Amino acid sequence: MSLLHWAILSPFLLAIIIPLMYKYAKRVHTGWFVLWLPLVLFIYFISKVTKISNGTTIRETVQWIPSLNINFDVVIDGLSLLFALLITGIGSLVVLYSIFYLSKKKEKLHNFYVYLLLFMGAMLGVVLSDNLIVLYTFWEFTSLSSFLLIGYWYHRERSRYGAQKSMLITVFGGLSMLGGIVLLYVMGGTFSIRELIAQAGTLINHDLFIAAAILILLGAFTKSAQFPFHIWLPDAMEAPTPVSAYLHSATMVKAGLYLVARLSPLFAAEGIWLWLVAGIGLLTLVWGSFSAIRQTDLKGILAFSTVSQLGLIMSLLGLGAAALHYPIDDNIYIATTVAAVFHLINHATFKGSLFMVVGIVDHETGTRDIRKLGGLMSLMPITFTIAVIGAFSMAGLPPFNGFLSKEMFFTGMLSVLTLDIFNFETWGVLFPVFAWIASVFTFTYSMIIVFKTFTGKLQPEKLEKKPHEAPVGMLISPIILAVLVVVFGLFPNLLTDSIILPAASAILGDAMPADYHIHISMWHGFQPELFMTIGVVLLGIILYKTWPKWKVVYKPFTEKWSFNSLYNNGLKYMEYGSNKLAVNTMTGSIRNYLLYIFFFLIVSLGFTLFWKDAFSISLDNTAPIGFYELVLAVIISIGAISILFVKSRLTSIIVLGSVGYTVSLFFVLFRAPDLALTQLVIETVSTALFLLCFYHLPENFRKEERIRFKLTNFMISLGVGVVVTLIALSASSTKLFDSISQYYVDTTYTEAGGQNMVNVILVDYRGLDTMFEITVLGLAALGIYGMIKLRLTKQGGKKANENK
Amino acid sequence: MFNFVITFALVLISLSMLALIYRVIKGPSIPDRVIALDALGVNLIAVIALISIVLDTYAFLEVILLLGILAFIGTVSMAKFLEKGEIIEDDRNRNQ
Repeated sequence: MSLLHWAILSPFLLAIIIPLMYKYAKRVHTGWFVLWLPLVLFIYFISKVTKISNGTTIRETVQWIPSLNINFDVVIDGLSLLFALLITGIGSLVVLYSIFYLSKKKEKLHNFYVYLLLFMGAMLGVVLSDNLIVLYTFWEFTSLSSFLLIGYWYHRERSRYGAQKSMLITVFGGLSMLGGIVLLYVMGGTFSIRELIAQAGTLINHDLFIAAAILILLGAFTKSAQFPFHIWLPDAMEAPTPVSAYLHSATMVKAGLYLVARLSPLFAAEGIWLWLVAGIGLLTLVWGSFSAIRQTDLKGILAFSTVSQLGLIMSLLGLGAAALHYPIDDNIYIATTVAAVFHLINHATFKGSLFMVVGIVDHETGTRDIRKLGGLMSLMPITFTIAVIGAFSMAGLPPFNGFLSKEMFFTGMLSVLTLDIFNFETWGVLFPVFAWIASVFTFTYSMIIVFKTFTGKLQPEKLEKKPHEAPVGMLISPIILAVLVVVFGLFPNLLTDSIILPAASAILGDAMPADYHIHISMWHGFQPELFMTIGVVLLGIILYKTWPKWKVVYKPFTEKWSFNSLYNNGLKYMEYGSNKLAVNTMTGSIRNYLLYIFFFLIVSLGFTLFWKDAFSISLDNTAPIGFYELVLAVIISIGAISILFVKSRLTSIIVLGSVGYTVSLFFVLFRAPDLALTQLVIETVSTALFLLCFYHLPENFRKEERIRFKLTNFMISLGVGVVVTLIALSASSTKLFDSISQYYVDTTYTEAGGQNMVNVILVDYRGLDTMFEITVLGLAALGIYGMIKLRLTKQGGKKANENK
Repeated sequence: MFNFVITFALVLISLSMLALIYRVIKGPSIPDRVIALDALGVNLIAVIALISIVLDTYAFLEVILLLGILAFIGTVSMAKFLEKGEIIEDDRNRNQ
């Protein structure tokens, strides 16, 4: 176990101790005991930055299940390090924020921090694992801890609904991903991502390649809330705001992006991968930004905005993967990947700060509804400033970092126009158009967040609390993030060499030229991107100003036709359908179940007989039919058939007894004296028992009534008889081996000292069977005794003293 | 000749059994049926004895004895049931 492994496992270990801290150190907010860990981890990962930016990768391995090729392999390269820094850095800020956000007295803090630490460790495991099975393990851990965190206020209906929804969707994706991982193992023979990527050239020709790509993408799309799996994210906003800021904007929802980026070198050779990643990303971008505008809940806006920004990064990753198809020099698609990485960082900073701002507004006013809010600017100046920075960055305005990544995004989208692989020249032209439209919507909802909340008229009567500025502790984290937004905006090259370039080259692998150099600048001349941004701002302002007038556009997109109602109805009808199925098949009537069983017996045996062409009759080994056998067969047939037609139960019992006696006569005829003896005694006893049962029947069951004729029953019984007869005929006609009975005949006396061969077999050669049949009889006797004596329920728990 | 006699006897006994079975099914009262069943048992004894001769074996003599005992026990218990309404009396419960 290296230090790196302990770094991943440390949140889990701390999570074990946290409840004790909560219990025995009540006076201190539990968050303070948690805060040091992400900070230490952040510093630890910062210390790796120089090493990684020099192009080395750190790998450590610990054996877990070596026989199955599953080992806890950990690799840090540029991409993993970027995510690790995001997780620990924003994790620290979120913990700090939560200390002031969650009340020490009202909340179950130990639950919160245990879940949060579980999540943090799981997320670190996801981004640092090289083994796909280990990655999947941590992946499901993130789903689980996210479920717990969304349902943190479990007494609320909406929280439980949101938690269940996110669980169902992400676990659906996770399981698909597991399927993809298994397919990759089948193809490549290894779970290691690096080793799989090394084989990418040969794997592409495999039949399962596309299936693996689609299954893995399902996992990534559900986790990263891509269209149409985005519906869980807005409902996950029922979680406490620190959770929303951490999980549902900065880290967990980026796990899918991480996976896509990580596996791009493996799958990018396939056109479907490029089209799906870029296309679904773009669709998500447009749909998310379009839907965000109509929300009235601040967190709802932010949720859809997260969806759309994730789509943006996803489509950039998809187009960036095109770099793998072009020669190294002068490759414009590398810039697209760089833009994806850069926007990933930017989004984490501004979206984190915006969520915290919304949390503050919620905390200080008691509502998040923009129809009730307004005029908070003068009351909450610091919060307002942070909100402006975050929202303007999100809208893509200078001098914030969102502007830079938006410009790079436009560059990437415009580069589609020159993309000439996989038919991108046909519909690819839509990419820049949609990207531009989505940016206009993004601008509009960013303005709504800021100006509807902080400007306009204050409506104190609608607010639950008297609004005032938040405590300092709550402001620290968003201030740090907002400062980062500005710093990355003004000095973007701080990050390029140390973080962004290693991350991009980790994504692109061999396609990255060794001397590639990124220079991001605020001003890059009069390029088309700049005019696009100006257009976005102008149209965005017009849209914002005229917002109430064009609200009509949303009319057709009613709740009834949304993906939410598809999901809800889907669940409802699945439950309804399975309930119907269960009610209709599990009728509770033994007759029906017997019908199923016998029907299946007929179909499976009959089909096998037919399919294998197994039916054959040979008369070579048959003995001649004697006169007595014939007579007995006629008698037993008459007896068996007449049971079906007799009226009274008593008669059928007696006829059944006669059938049993005839069977014993058969035993006599076929020279089996021991069987005949036993059969006679047993038949007598069981007939007596049947008579006993008959004697105790209630009056109305003793009515003389013939068995009613039912066609299905008739067909089934005829079928069973025919099939079993056919099988018996075939079985006796095809004797593959001689019987082993000659051994018994020869050795009964010499080996076992007996002359009765049946009895010697029963107690000597195969005495074990006899022993357990004795056991069966003993159990039956005890059971009957118990059933008669112990009548606890019928008499209300009293001990029964009547035993007839 | 010997075989013919045996077969002839078997046929006759089978006919008598058929007649008895008719009585078991038809028999207006329960005692009729019980007696018919008892006689059936005895006929079965005869059938098995004849078959033993046909098969030329001693192995079925136990079966014959057993059938005799069973027929006797069955008839006695039926008779007791008809007489008293139950077969095995439980004196201990009755006293309570």
